[in-house]
Amino acid sequence: MEMTASGHTGMNSGRSHLLGAASVLGFFLVVCFWSYAIDPRYLYFSAYIAFGLIYGMSLQYGRFCMASAIRDLFAVGVPRMAVGIMIAVVLFSLVTAAVSLTGASSFHPSPIGLYSVVGGAIFGFGMVFTGGCASGSLYKAGEGSVAALLVVAALSFSQAVFVDAGGPLDALVPAAWTASAEAKGMPEQLTVTKGWYDQFLAGYIWDLKTVRVGEALGFSSPAAAAFIGNALITSILPALAILAFIYYRWYRKGYLKQRKDGATGLGVHLAGWWRMVTASRRTAIAGLVLGIAAGLQIWVTQMLQKKFGIGNAGELLQGLGHTSGLSLQDTVFDPGYFYVTTQEAQGAGWVLEQLGMNLRDNIFFGLENGLPAPWFNPVLWLSLAVIGGSAVMALLNHEFKLKFPSLEVAVWAICGGILMGIGARVGMGCNIGAFFATVTNGDPSGWIFAAGMTAGGWVGVKFFNWWIERKMAKETPLEF
Amino acid sequence: MAAKFEKLAEGNYQLDVQGYACPHPQLYTKKALEKLKPGDTLKLLFDNPSSGESISAMCANDGNEIVEQVRDAGKTLRWTIRKH
Repeated sequence: MEMTASGHTGMNSGRSHLLGAASVLGFFLVVCFWSYAIDPRYLYFSAYIAFGLIYGMSLQYGRFCMASAIRDLFAVGVPRMAVGIMIAVVLFSLVTAAVSLTGASSFHPSPIGLYSVVGGAIFGFGMVFTGGCASGSLYKAGEGSVAALLVVAALSFSQAVFVDAGGPLDALVPAAWTASAEAKGMPEQLTVTKGWYDQFLAGYIWDLKTVRVGEALGFSSPAAAAFIGNALITSILPALAILAFIYYRWYRKGYLKQRKDGATGLGVHLAGWWRMVTASRRTAIAGLVLGIAAGLQIWVTQMLQKKFGIGNAGELLQGLGHTSGLSLQDTVFDPGYFYVTTQEAQGAGWVLEQLGMNLRDNIFFGLENGLPAPWFNPVLWLSLAVIGGSAVMALLNHEFKLKFPSLEVAVWAICGGILMGIGARVGMGCNIGAFFATVTNGDPSGWIFAAGMTAGGWVGVKFFNWWIERKMAKETPLEF
Repeated sequence: MAAKFEKLAEGNYQLDVQGYACPHPQLYTKKALEKLKPGDTLKLLFDNPSSGESISAMCANDGNEIVEQVRDAGKTLRWTIRKH
């Protein structure tokens, strides 16, 4: 195979790419140094920025997108991305287990419940149409895709509106949720018995139980709980089982055909399995870096929290005199690990608030996450840095291209993005927060979300196949 | 913008999916390759780098050969795939 890249090897072109990459990196460096000069406590923001840049670069380098993991398996039989994600899951779980032994873990498990399947399915269905998951859309925006930016905007605003919506939606709330929400004795300004999402949270989600496998199995040693309960049982064994299933269902036949020696047996299948795992160097490397970095971020955040004597960025903002965006508990959203969607909902919520909407009368913003201005939202800086990191990598590899979508692609992006936003709120997170960050921390709820996401993705692929065939039959000189 | 699948000559086809992001390019490519006979070639034009990774994995799995990969100044990827 001949691999050529014509037209971008001239000096000017090479320089402009380097200049572009340096400008993006320079912007984040200026933000970090300038904020540090104002107050060293802004280092907390810089940590989010630094990890965001690493995630963005890795995601772009490995074309790391959970939407494509599910979609490419069902639509074109390509397992590379699903394999990359499982590599990242294994690595992330091991690093997290080691980090947790230092006493540094800010992880909060999600409750176990059917809501994960429903939220995952809505999210998974939506992401097939947008072409990217929540983190995938960020990195694709960094490659210059305006459609991906539309996805990010749509999922941000749909979340912000959804968590505050009441009216006709209230009619769908079971009476038991309303009663349970009312019994929680929440502050009056939250009006918890009004609004679907408030009652969903206070009347349903808060009543469910959370599980961390390491604790649930009662290991006496913290190391055994972390490495055997949380990493091995909750992450590594399920990931290996999924990889074995993917090999059997999508890779084995092609591999045996290509061997041409007719050999079978365990050794042959193990060799085939290994070839599948290592088939895409880029994806495997990205999975490796993402897994390790995601684990390290938990440790770094905890170290910084200790250094500044805080438990949440809200305290830091309070100390710095920026209190207007804090929740009723004086907190802001601050997971301390790789997370996408909630911070974007905050960004959209802040915009809507500037336009005159009252979004503080709900649990999501008012009680739990706050509504800080985007520049005082550390986790939104992470999202921005993911876009920036991806842009740097794309520019360095001559892959950055500003692309405006056609009307068709824009409609898919917005509709899919809206569904992703609703799915993320029902499922209490996205492919990152509700899956990647949970299963790797001993919380099995992420596998439930993943099952829903896979089912939603499968239905989405069926629909999309039908749509494309119908469209191609109309538009191309040759029939598909 | 619309995907364009056309016959250039006997056994030589072209699929232009520039402007499309995932999952369109890989889905169109799969469907186009299904229509080709063994030995036919497909010239593929696309500009979504992420799809390239999926398309090359798809070709490796199905035994189809990517005989040429060119990227031009406008970031268009021009691949030639021979169906086996």
